[in-house]
Amino acid sequence: MKSTDIHWFKFAAPQNFYFLAGKMWPWFAALATLLTVIGLYISFFVAPVDAQQGQGYRIIFVHVPASQLSMFIYLVMAGWAGFGLAFNTRLSGMMATALAPTGALFAFLSLVTGALWGKPMWGAWWVWDARLTSELILLFLYLGFMALQASIDDPRRADKAGAVLALVGAVNVPIIYFSVKWWNTLHQGASVSMKGSSMASTMLTGMLIMVVAFWMYAIAIILLRVRSIILERERHTDWVKNTVRAEYAVE
Amino acid sequence: MQWNSVSEFLDMGGYALYVWGSFGCTALVAVFEIWQVHAQRSAVLRNLSNELGSNADSTES
Amino acid sequence: MSRSMQTLALPQVMLAVLRREVALAMRQKGEVLTPLMFFMVVTSLFPLGVGAETHLLLRMAPGILWVSALLAAMLSLQRMFATDYADGSLEQMILSSTPLGLLVLSKALAHFLISGLPLVLIAPVLGLQFGLDARALGLLVLTLLLGTPTLSLIGSIGAALTLGVRGAGVLLSLLILPLYIPVLIFGAGAVEADAAGLGIGGHLSLLAALLVLSLFFSPMATSAALRISVE
Repeated sequence: MKSTDIHWFKFAAPQNFYFLAGKMWPWFAALATLLTVIGLYISFFVAPVDAQQGQGYRIIFVHVPASQLSMFIYLVMAGWAGFGLAFNTRLSGMMATALAPTGALFAFLSLVTGALWGKPMWGAWWVWDARLTSELILLFLYLGFMALQASIDDPRRADKAGAVLALVGAVNVPIIYFSVKWWNTLHQGASVSMKGSSMASTMLTGMLIMVVAFWMYAIAIILLRVRSIILERERHTDWVKNTVRAEYAVE
Repeated sequence: MQWNSVSEFLDMGGYALYVWGSFGCTALVAVFEIWQVHAQRSAVLRNLSNELGSNADSTES
Repeated sequence: MSRSMQTLALPQVMLAVLRREVALAMRQKGEVLTPLMFFMVVTSLFPLGVGAETHLLLRMAPGILWVSALLAAMLSLQRMFATDYADGSLEQMILSSTPLGLLVLSKALAHFLISGLPLVLIAPVLGLQFGLDARALGLLVLTLLLGTPTLSLIGSIGAALTLGVRGAGVLLSLLILPLYIPVLIFGAGAVEADAAGLGIGGHLSLLAALLVLSLFFSPMATSAALRISVE
């Protein structure tokens, strides 16, 4: 039992995680590619036409994964942030910083695909749908996090300040979502969703596969990004100096 | 196969702009992000190697 | 020989902080009045922007007044900690034996008294400009009264996080405004719902709930943020 604990905590050291991430990311990238191909195949060639939304509903195969991931990544980000605050580990802060851009991009993609979905269904490029509005606010939370970290010079302070903000944001996300939903139903707004359609099982399968595909992609990207962050932040250590020399000798 | 022809597939029942726009955007975001991660790594390596280069002459253990 | 501050009971310490904040604010009356004037100016901008059609303005009034009050309350958030940080008294507060969370609570409540309450008091006058009736005005005052302390409490978190940071003012707004949205929705929503003849019990209880939640949790987050910013 004890030896397994020590084995895992070894990767809490940035140096060890750097090399672990280096070995792991190609696997996730491969999985992502494979699942995307399968997912796209199902999205276009297996899932049938929808009775109400025609072929237009197929947007869900990218919109839903983007939304789900943007929300989940925020929670993971807050989780890493909390862990870093509690245990004062450097790597946790670096992970949170690495997660934010990907989460923000997914939130942005969710909004764009949401608008593209809403336009043919509701006739307007933007509808104040509860989920889309919450997604917009989530994007603001991501941007706030990134802006705060960018404006603080000391990396450790930036980590911790970002962590507090991420945790406060995470606590607020359910409150914000609930209040936006309330606001939306009161004003009888539009709804960009599959309400009123029954989802064929192939549609659900396709969506699920795309969600997992997006997940694998996200992990690969984040592992890559955190490697650069680790190098930057640990630049004064010998292992980084040797790594940089080795990389430049090869490149 | 539910598509009778390639043109029918591309047309997406009239929703071509929206469906292909969405998938196209997704692809663009992915390409951008992959480029961004790559560019970040190159920049970091470049900066750090410059730092190392300029410190090469100083007395460091 | 006896350190009188250490023998004061907690409520007395908090009251002392409160009184100090108010006294300092009174010396800088300009700083206190500017957000108030901002509130007045911004509410006047909306009719100029959307046209003077009375029916439209009447419908938009709760939202306009709430958003303007929210922005005005946000303007003065920075002074909550910045001046004390500059002269070193903030560090003293952090190091003192009084729990930092309670000191933060006092400061946030002081901010409400100095910056929030004036907005609440002047809102009915501005509401008249939009044609709100007495009932709506009363409700507006009530929702603002319930909401502005929450805004001060949530705002204290942002103020603490951005202490001494480049571009703190605008960054603070970016961080805080998403967190203000639930308060805005229930506050303005109550006045609108009442105008539409719907019940407002839900809105008011949720506003109260948000206040209670922020009373408990903001001081914690703000204290953590202060320690991070000052170390």
